[in-house]
Amino acid sequence: MQSVALDGHQKEDIIVCEDVNKWYGEFHVLKDVSLKVKKGEVVVVCGPSGSGKSTFIRTLNRLEEHQEGRIVVDGIEMSNDIRNIDAIRREVGMVFQQFNLFPHLTVMDNITLAPLWVRKVSRKEADETALRLLEKVGISEQAKKFPGQLSGGQQQRVAIARALAMKPRIMLFDEPTSALDPEMIKEVLDVMKTLARDGMTMLCVTHEMGFAREVADRIVFFDQGKIVEEGPPAQIFANPRHERTRLFLSQIL
Amino acid sequence: MATQATENVVRPPRQSLGLVGWLRANLFNTWWNGLITLLMLWLVGQVLFNFVAWAITAPGWVAVITNMRLFFVGRYPAELVWRVELGVWLVALLLGLSAGIWRGLSLALAVAFGALFLVVAGFALFLPAGEQPKLIPTPLFLIGTTALIGVGYALGSRLGARLRWPVIIAWLLAYPLLVLLIRGFSAEGVLTLVDTNLWGGLMLTLLLAVTGIVCSFPLGVLLALGRRSSLPIIKWFCVCYIELIRGVPLVTVLFMAQIMLPLFLPQGVSVDNLVRAMVAITLFSAAYLAENVRGGLQAIPRGQEEAARALGLNPVQTTLFITLPQALRAVIPVLVGQFISLFKDTSLVTIVGLSDLVGMSQSIIAQPAWTQVSGGVWRETFLFVAVIFWIFCFTMSRASQQIERNLNVGKF
Repeated sequence: MQSVALDGHQKEDIIVCEDVNKWYGEFHVLKDVSLKVKKGEVVVVCGPSGSGKSTFIRTLNRLEEHQEGRIVVDGIEMSNDIRNIDAIRREVGMVFQQFNLFPHLTVMDNITLAPLWVRKVSRKEADETALRLLEKVGISEQAKKFPGQLSGGQQQRVAIARALAMKPRIMLFDEPTSALDPEMIKEVLDVMKTLARDGMTMLCVTHEMGFAREVADRIVFFDQGKIVEEGPPAQIFANPRHERTRLFLSQIL
Repeated sequence: MATQATENVVRPPRQSLGLVGWLRANLFNTWWNGLITLLMLWLVGQVLFNFVAWAITAPGWVAVITNMRLFFVGRYPAELVWRVELGVWLVALLLGLSAGIWRGLSLALAVAFGALFLVVAGFALFLPAGEQPKLIPTPLFLIGTTALIGVGYALGSRLGARLRWPVIIAWLLAYPLLVLLIRGFSAEGVLTLVDTNLWGGLMLTLLLAVTGIVCSFPLGVLLALGRRSSLPIIKWFCVCYIELIRGVPLVTVLFMAQIMLPLFLPQGVSVDNLVRAMVAITLFSAAYLAENVRGGLQAIPRGQEEAARALGLNPVQTTLFITLPQALRAVIPVLVGQFISLFKDTSLVTIVGLSDLVGMSQSIIAQPAWTQVSGGVWRETFLFVAVIFWIFCFTMSRASQQIERNLNVGKF
């Protein structure tokens, strides 16, 4: 605890965003968004729908292009250089609201495809990694099935395993439980909690405030394309400073 | 669960009426419905009776039987027909091997064609000896084909995985080998050259259709991908090509290839008639295929591509592994429909002087021996041709359903 006072970070910043701006046509979706995430930190991004939170985390692996500002992920500058984008995508895993598993491939092939073709690992190594990850998310018996044969919760856990198979240093979650039946939400959140405890750097867009309270190091609140408030969960829940945050929390809790 | 077992299970009511009940309920429920039913029965009976009466007594069947060789290989020299027969045997063996290795579709095809050849062999036994090609007589050829399918199957299922790659390579080599065998190369000697204007009948139809299907498929997929490209030059080239070709009838394309192409080519360079027709059919079909494939590509949710990109797959890998396989399986029925119509459209090459199955039957009808028969022999001839076309188109249609079943295992 002795070095904290020096400059405020004892760990390196793995994601640095400075004044990120983005427009959809004339519509200003992201307005001067600046955020730093430390290695191993769990950041929950929340806010009303249409506030730009999903768009924001999608700029971090270039599924959305930002027009102004600077994004540095794991020391790599996000630019139009395709090599930089590819390098960043190798380090960043992503889990989607609609799972986006590949329906024509088995669970096993879903997980091993990218390691085989992007990381170029051997078939044996890819299979071993996939089985280990399926065990970790608790569905190793489903390896030979197709995504359509699994429940929503199981599909989302496969999607998490698929992202982890690339051995990413950062995981992005875009509303991972919003498309799930209530009784399946817990099984996905449990996997995410395990991941957080293992020290993964995570950015989660989610409305699961229980999860945020328990796991998050920091909550970032978006409204109308801006970060209006951020801080540790205890402070945000107990004592939100911004009017919009207070309103949002009163409606969601 | 335990409580359910003790409850009374309520079964759905039985809805079967029995034959008489069904007739009563549907065909004879009022006096005038009964009248219409009887009238229709009488009409259908008349048509069937007349047809059978005609089919039994029709003089033209002799024309069909005596011209069997023209139907199948056109004016291909009789003493060299063994080369074509050898080619068919090669394909039969490969089909049998594939059936043994992969089962599924190839097994169904092997059984269907094996049975077909056996049935035809039954008829061929009655052929007069003088009508049969030398070296390999027809019954031997037909039964041999079935036997080779059987041998291939036995071999394929015995050796299985070890033969997988050799058979795939053999299929790829089969087409050039077949063309070489049928065409020959030397002025004299073992494989004397048989000019393509002597090729005809079913052999020509199949060559045109197979070439068209095999070549237009990759071309069509490339055009579909090109039309979705973000590079304007590629995109507009593909759009122009597709719209241009789709805007003109196949006959025009065939004529262009046949008559106008020589004007553009440098002096002394000539392209074989048959090749020109093949190119025309391929280019024509590719434009339609491209639009079908594009339809499939557009049905793939955007999330699929996003997930692939997020995993770090590059655009080529994303297309090859994620979007294209899903798009193609979604449009299998449409693609096969396209192939069936291509198969039938090959009969248009008659117009540019090639004698495919339909062209051949036209020249058979015009033979002096048959023009004297009252009413001519065109009914029998065209009926025979129609049956051959139907067998192949129906096979394709069934094959499509089989492919769908195979690919649908555990999907969605």
